[in-house]
Amino acid sequence: MPELSIDGQPFRFAQGTTVAAALMSSSDRCSRTSVSGQRRAPLCGMGICQECRVSIDGLRRLACQTICRDGMRVETQP
Amino acid sequence: MTDAATLQGHAADVIVIGGGIVGAACADELASQGLHVLVLDGQRPAATAAGMGHLVVLDHSTAELALGEYSVRAWRELAPQMPDDCAMRTNGTLWLACNEEEMEEAERKQAALSEYGLACELLSGAELAKAEPSLRSGLLGALKVSGDGILYAPNAARWLLQRQSSRVVQRHAEVAEVQGNRVRLASGEWLQAPAVVLASGIYARELCPDLPLQAKKGHLLITDRYPAQISHTLVELGYVTSAHKGNGPSVAFNVQQRPTGQLFIGSSRQFDNHDPEVDAAMLGRMLRRAMDFLPVLGDMTGLRSWTGFRSASPDGQPLIGEHPHQPGLWLAVGHEGLGVTTATGTARLLAAQMLRTPPPLDLEPYLPQRFIGARAHA
Repeated sequence: MPELSIDGQPFRFAQGTTVAAALMSSSDRCSRTSVSGQRRAPLCGMGICQECRVSIDGLRRLACQTICRDGMRVETQP
Repeated sequence: MTDAATLQGHAADVIVIGGGIVGAACADELASQGLHVLVLDGQRPAATAAGMGHLVVLDHSTAELALGEYSVRAWRELAPQMPDDCAMRTNGTLWLACNEEEMEEAERKQAALSEYGLACELLSGAELAKAEPSLRSGLLGALKVSGDGILYAPNAARWLLQRQSSRVVQRHAEVAEVQGNRVRLASGEWLQAPAVVLASGIYARELCPDLPLQAKKGHLLITDRYPAQISHTLVELGYVTSAHKGNGPSVAFNVQQRPTGQLFIGSSRQFDNHDPEVDAAMLGRMLRRAMDFLPVLGDMTGLRSWTGFRSASPDGQPLIGEHPHQPGLWLAVGHEGLGVTTATGTARLLAAQMLRTPPPLDLEPYLPQRFIGARAHA
């Protein structure tokens, strides 16, 4: 089974899983931290609300619009 | 001046129509002079929420320079009292020169601003590259205007409306009609006061059709948060020498980094376009221009883009003063792209006229009489 990491924690996924879905299995199910320090999580699931932006291999991406690939490094900070 | 017994049917000493940055500054200034102010705001999308909050001294004319210098100085004096969420920073503007012609413009601008006591300094290409390493290489230089700043205007307006709450009352209400010192609300209710101030930006035309205001549409885009890329507000000198000259649609590079780390990108200008929708072609043109200057933008993610309308008078200066044909109706409109910058100065010029105190600047260039002439008498 292919695997990626979320904040360093390994996660095995089935082909076709979105990163937003993968986040649901992470420790706090969140995608990022807001300016005021709140943890934020995916909301709309269709690329509009911008709540699910994460860093993937160093680049900002919307988790709900990104399909998991083997070896991806997903970070939810900041 | 006012207590309930002396109001005599008046809603307040002054009714201000419009709770954007200009209306808020006017209400705050009048309250500071002891007046009771009722602010009516229709909660419609307007320029205070749409704009960049760039405090910038422009110098297309002596009048613009005088009002800008005075107003930005007033903002800096307010800064220590402003809450953090106003995000006020005196980060300075760098006016970027791409060629010899623009470098000459930088020199001209330096002379004009220095004459008004503004701290400004010419940077060579090498000094500019050192000050802002994210800019593309090969720029000729820049003029640094140190006293310019940025703030988050919606919160600044809210603060101005709330900080003297014993004398400034806000009411969410749409005004349907103005007759001198009387206003009719959409609900049908009439209110009156010794003075009514019209400060509703582009919407002022609906209440006062003889105002010579033209809408100039602009696009903006804000990115996700990133580590510090730039420290000054960066504006191309082409903003004044070529890009926004004339009447056709135009774009010019104008970028600031918000205290949140977000890059805030402008600017575009379109005349006679009243459609608030984002125009993808115009936005694309604006972003390509921005990436020409700041290539790192190409790797960043835009979060939102939107539009707004600048409310421009024929000579680019605001109308500040009593309406020549409607005693009791005072105007604070026509600020184009400088409503946030000049809100403080506008408020003081308006209050000085209303209260007959010495104005801090020559009033003449801002009086409504220059467009709304004296009535012809038979």
